[in-house]
Amino acid sequence: MSKALRTCGQFIVIVALFASVAALADWPVYRQTPRGTAIVILTFVHGADRRAECRRLTPEEIAKLPLNMRRVQDCPRGRRPVYVELDIGNEVAYRASLAPTGIAGDGPSRVYQRFALPAGQYDVAVRMRDTTRHEGFDYEREEKITLKPDQMFVIDFRAEPAGFLFR
Amino acid sequence: MIALARAILRRGFELIERPFERLFGPALNPLAQLGALGFFFFWIVAVSGIYLFIFFNTGIERAYESVEHLTRDYWFHAGVMRSFHRYASDLLVVMIVVHLLREFAYDHYRGVRWFSWLTGLPIIWLLYISGITGYWLVWDKLAHFVAITTAELLDWLPIFGEPIARNFISTGTLTSRFFTLMVFMHVAVPLFLLFIMWVHILRISRPKVNPPRMLAAMSLVALAGVSLWNPALSQGHADLTTAPVEVGLDWFYLPVYPLTNIWGRGAVWGFLGAFSLMIGLMPWLPPLRRAKPAEVDLAHCNGCARCAEDCPYEAIRMVARTDGMPFPTEAQVNPSLCVSCGICVGACPSSTPFRRSAELRTGIDLPDRSLRMLRERVIAAAAMAQSAPRLLVLACDHGGGAAHDAGTVGLPCVAMAPPSLIDFILSRNLADGVVVAGCAESACYHRLGIAWANQRFNRRRDPYLRTRVPRERIATIWTSALETKRFEDEVAAFRRFVSALSATRSTPSATPTMAASADTGRSRHPGEEVGS
Repeated sequence: MSKALRTCGQFIVIVALFASVAALADWPVYRQTPRGTAIVILTFVHGADRRAECRRLTPEEIAKLPLNMRRVQDCPRGRRPVYVELDIGNEVAYRASLAPTGIAGDGPSRVYQRFALPAGQYDVAVRMRDTTRHEGFDYEREEKITLKPDQMFVIDFRAEPAGFLFR
Repeated sequence: MIALARAILRRGFELIERPFERLFGPALNPLAQLGALGFFFFWIVAVSGIYLFIFFNTGIERAYESVEHLTRDYWFHAGVMRSFHRYASDLLVVMIVVHLLREFAYDHYRGVRWFSWLTGLPIIWLLYISGITGYWLVWDKLAHFVAITTAELLDWLPIFGEPIARNFISTGTLTSRFFTLMVFMHVAVPLFLLFIMWVHILRISRPKVNPPRMLAAMSLVALAGVSLWNPALSQGHADLTTAPVEVGLDWFYLPVYPLTNIWGRGAVWGFLGAFSLMIGLMPWLPPLRRAKPAEVDLAHCNGCARCAEDCPYEAIRMVARTDGMPFPTEAQVNPSLCVSCGICVGACPSSTPFRRSAELRTGIDLPDRSLRMLRERVIAAAAMAQSAPRLLVLACDHGGGAAHDAGTVGLPCVAMAPPSLIDFILSRNLADGVVVAGCAESACYHRLGIAWANQRFNRRRDPYLRTRVPRERIATIWTSALETKRFEDEVAAFRRFVSALSATRSTPSATPTMAASADTGRSRHPGEEVGS
């Protein structure tokens, strides 16, 4: 084989290899959800009430404390879990009791959940309980929404002043 | 199980490598230059990245526009550079993955090679982090997809207080500061990657960090051609109100991302953790059984440093003399780095089988496979060879000649045979010809064994083959363990050649020549050498 011919062969192999790599750099196309699907995201970060109410210490209890650590009230550090429900189209989409974050359980509860749904109209209801109550909810919102294909619909939460936000 | 996977993979590599070796030759064979090509592509990525940074706007609002501007308006330089940056990054992944598989297939990861293998693991992680943060910066639909999926993956880990993915739920939640962090990571992580790449080759003697110029030139031209043919483009501005459900995925950097949808995030982390753990433990599954390391005999060592020079594993260093002999240095073997390949024995000028001392000793020797044993085995093998012409085969344990039976002396590496051993065989009339049989040329098990043997036999490296030795009576055959038929064919051809050579002694006008040629990658003879 002549040197020129051999070099041509080598170059062709290299070009073919590089071209294959370039082709695979953005092909085949990846589709995350079926066509005509929208995505609903339920996400928020919210701290519930503390596990128990602050308690006034008795004079005896205060006296037992070291001088530099004396205080009037004892407030437990840990927070309650946040209970949340999400119904989409009159069906239960999500129910969870979200534990507080942090090693001592004193951080806010957090959630990030995605739901892929066919585009269309839905009744959406979201409810949250973050206090000591055992029944009923502290925050709730119900609305009819229209999801377009590929739309990203976010259900967020702000305690002040709005409550649940749909966007 | 691992041994079976290794055998299958090795068979696959053998099938691919031989045609590559025939086309490119051993010196240019890309499969033998994977590490060097990896470094080469890293530098292309680094230079093109610096160039692109001149045009890039790091603000969240302007990032996409600046990338579009450089891609469309300045396509002839900045656009091409963007394609260089993208495709060289992809090629870097290809090089690293094939390099990893090849080192596994050829069992180049156990024993003292554990260090390079293990340091390859953070290279993979850092490479992927570099690539993923790079895709983020373009801030197109793909970047949006990468951002959300990466954030969701990270959020699965109980590390972050607030889900990172919340940054991408609406336009107001994402700030330029977050983007600046990404830019910082895309610069800092590759720098750290380069540092680990340096650590990766620390224990390798003469590491190949630059590919041959011809291969580098062809790669550059090919990269330019591919960049013009299929330029790297953005996939439309990221829109946080629209889910990036359909994207042109880079399957080299993002193959795990679709799996988050199929398997779930926990399973993906499990897979990545199991993969990393498996890679990390592989050098000891099972550990390589090691022969006793080389030992220095100071009575025969003059501190010439040839052994240290030739050792492929940096296992020998020269230290100040300790025995009062009038030489400044002596060789010292680091047993934890020595693989007992015997290349140092072949390099030692005192390794000469002609010595008449009661027990043949040399300056550096293998306790389990000493030079004395080698000489005895050569004499014994020569005594068994009966049919004329008598051939003696010096075969390495890893090549096609290892399975050859008659008249064969096995060696851990062909470079363990000092040139004086060939002189000994031919001048003592122990054989009419000597076959030196090693691994395939571009896959030398001990990295430098073939190169050193070739250079010594062609009188270009110390210790030289003496001029009185007829070079035409030495054949070098480089075949893989699977190419036993090719090996036998070439031995047969050399037998015919030696036979004709003996016949022409009486008729000097007719000089026989070997049919084998460098073009076919077959045996080189006489005086031919790899890459010559």
